[in-house]
Amino acid sequence: MGIKRTYYEDIELFSSGTILFWTIVLLIALFGAPFFLSGYHLYLFSIIMVHVIVAVGLNILVGNTGQIALGHAGFFAIGAYGTVLLMTMLNLPFFAALIAAAFIAAFFGFILGLPALRLEGPYLAIATLAFGLAIMHIIGHTQIFGGRQGLAAPMLDIGIPQLGWSWMLFTETSLYYLILIITILMVLLAVNILKTRAGRAFVAIRDSEIAAEVIGINLTYYKTLAFAVSAFYAGIAGGLFAFVLGFFDPFTFNLILSVIFLVMVVVGGLGSVMGSVTGAALITYLMYDLFKNVNEVPVLGDLILHVSRNWLSAVGSMDNFNMIALGLVMIGIIIFEPLGIFGLWIRIKKYWKTWPF
Amino acid sequence: MPFGHLLIEGLAMGACYGLFGLAVVIIYKTSEVVNFAAGDMAMFSTFVAFHVLAVYGYPFWIAFVMSLVFAGLLGVFVEFFFLRPAKNPTILGLIVITIGAQLLLAGVASWKWGAEQQAFSIPFSYQVTYEIIPGLVISQWALAVFIISAVIMAFLYFFFKHTKMGTAMRATQQNKHAAKIMGIRTNRVFAFAWALSSVIGATAATLMSAKTILDPQFMMEPFLRAFAAAVLGGLMSIPGVLIGGGIMGLIENFFGYAWPAWKPITAFVVIVLVLCIRPSGLFGKHYVKKV
Repeated sequence: MGIKRTYYEDIELFSSGTILFWTIVLLIALFGAPFFLSGYHLYLFSIIMVHVIVAVGLNILVGNTGQIALGHAGFFAIGAYGTVLLMTMLNLPFFAALIAAAFIAAFFGFILGLPALRLEGPYLAIATLAFGLAIMHIIGHTQIFGGRQGLAAPMLDIGIPQLGWSWMLFTETSLYYLILIITILMVLLAVNILKTRAGRAFVAIRDSEIAAEVIGINLTYYKTLAFAVSAFYAGIAGGLFAFVLGFFDPFTFNLILSVIFLVMVVVGGLGSVMGSVTGAALITYLMYDLFKNVNEVPVLGDLILHVSRNWLSAVGSMDNFNMIALGLVMIGIIIFEPLGIFGLWIRIKKYWKTWPF
Repeated sequence: MPFGHLLIEGLAMGACYGLFGLAVVIIYKTSEVVNFAAGDMAMFSTFVAFHVLAVYGYPFWIAFVMSLVFAGLLGVFVEFFFLRPAKNPTILGLIVITIGAQLLLAGVASWKWGAEQQAFSIPFSYQVTYEIIPGLVISQWALAVFIISAVIMAFLYFFFKHTKMGTAMRATQQNKHAAKIMGIRTNRVFAFAWALSSVIGATAATLMSAKTILDPQFMMEPFLRAFAAAVLGGLMSIPGVLIGGGIMGLIENFFGYAWPAWKPITAFVVIVLVLCIRPSGLFGKHYVKKV
C-alpha cells in the first residue's frame, strides 16, 4: 500500500513490523496447534495446508501471469500418483520421490504451457480443462496406476531406509508438522519468486503481453515457466495429499476439484499470496467442515432441514448443499468483491488509514 | 456394427452436440460470455419435463413445451441475477460466475430429484430402425434429431436475417455501444440471447437423454464435448459449430467403437491438437490484438 522508496523496500520479506508480528503469532499458533486440537481437526488443518500449497502455486499462474487454468487437479493427481508409485515401485526415499513427482508435474505443466502460448481466454480454459479430464481418464484406465480401484499410500518414512537410516512417521501429529514445514517453505518460495526478475516478468505478461514483449520479456520462456512453477506446486501438494488421505482413486481428482482450486484463488484475491492462503483456508473449512455438517449449525441448519423435508427430496444428505453454497460463493464474490478477501482487506485498511474522510 | 450405421449415429450425435454447441455460441456471440452453466441449465429443464411427466402425468409434448418455457425463464433469470449485477467483469470473472451457476443448478437438481437415475423416455426410440437404402440403417431417434436440428437451423437463419430482434442481436454483437446509441436496449438483447440459448440447449438435452440416463450429472460430459465442438467451430460461427459438432460426433463414434475405454478423451485430444494448429478454431477469424 505504502509508497516504495528504495529497491530494498520492494524486496524485503516483511514490509512492516506489524506484519512480522502477526506472522510470528500465526506461526506459533500453527506449531502449537497439535497440543490443543483433536485428530479430526489436525486432519482438517493438514488438508487446508495442502490446499494452501496448490492455491499459492495456482495464484502465480492465474493471479500473477493472468492465464486461466481449469486443470490443476491433473497436476495434483500427477503429484499424488507419482510420489506413491516412485516410492513403492522404484523404492525411492520420500523426499526424492516427492521432488521427482513434482518435477514430473512441472514437466507436464511445461507441455501444457506450449499451447497456452497461442491460446487465450475461453480457448485456454477448454484446453486446460481437457488436460485435467484426460489425466483423470488415463489414470483410471491404466493398470499400473491402480485403475479405478485406486492406490494406497505406503508407510511414510522421511529418512533414507535404503541407507539404513529410517525415520518413520506414524502419528497424525508428525504428518501435520511435516506438511506445515513444507507449506511454510513453499509459501516463502512463492513470495520470493514474485519479487525476482521472473515474478516481475509474470506480472508484466498479465498486464499486457505486447508491452511485455516490447520491453524484452521472452514470452515463450516466462509463460511456460509460470505453468511449470504452478504445476510444481500442485505436484508437491499432491504428494502430501496422498499421505493425508492414505488411499485415493482417480475420482478424487475430478473437474470439481480443479474448480475448487480456482475458487480458492479467486476468493482469496488474485495476485496476492496471503490472499490465496486465506482463500484456501476459508474454502477448505467451508467445504470440508461447515457445509458438511450444516444441519448442526443452530438456526440455518434447522431451516435447511425443514426446506429439504417439505419441498425437496427426502434424502437428508447435505452434500448437495455443499455445491449450492460453493456456487453462491463464486457468484457472490465476483458480483460484490471481485478482488476477493485481499480486496476487502485493502478497503478496510484504506478506510481506517484515512478515517474521518 | 456396420459402417453406415456408425456414420449415421455419429452424425446424429454430432447434430446433438452441434445444437448444444449453438447454445454456447449464441451467448458467446452476443455478450462474449462463455456459458459453462449451459449443460446444467439444460439438465434442469429436462428434469422439469421429467417432473411434469412423472408427477402430474401430462402427455410428453405438453411436458416438453412446459420445459422449453421453463428453460427460457431460467435463461433470463441467470442473466438478470448472476451476470447483470457484475460490474466490468474480467473473462476469468465471467467464467467463475457461470461455473458457480452450474454448481448451484447441479446442487439444487440433485437435492430435489436425488442423485439416482430416473426413467425418462421420449417418443423417439433408437431401437426402432428404418433401412432407406440397403446397408444404410437409420434409427427413429437419429431421424428425429436430423429433422429437429434442421428446423432449428432454418428458424435461426430466418430469425437472424429477417426479424428485428435478430438484427438487433447482430448489431449488439458487432458493437455494443453503437447499438445502444441506435436505440437498441442491449440489456434486453442479452436476456433474450440467454433465453434463446437455454431453449435450444433444453431441446438438445431432451434429445440426448434418449441415449443416456437421466441423472443430475448427465449433461456434464455432453456439455464438455459440445463446448469442444463449439471451440472447434470457432465459437463465433453458427455453421461452424454444426460442422464442429458433426466432426466431434463422428470421431467419438468411430473411436468409441474401436477403443471403448478411451472414448471420453478422444474428443479432447482432437480439440487440443486443433487448437495448437488453429488457435481460434476451424472457422473463427483470428483477431490480432491491436495495441
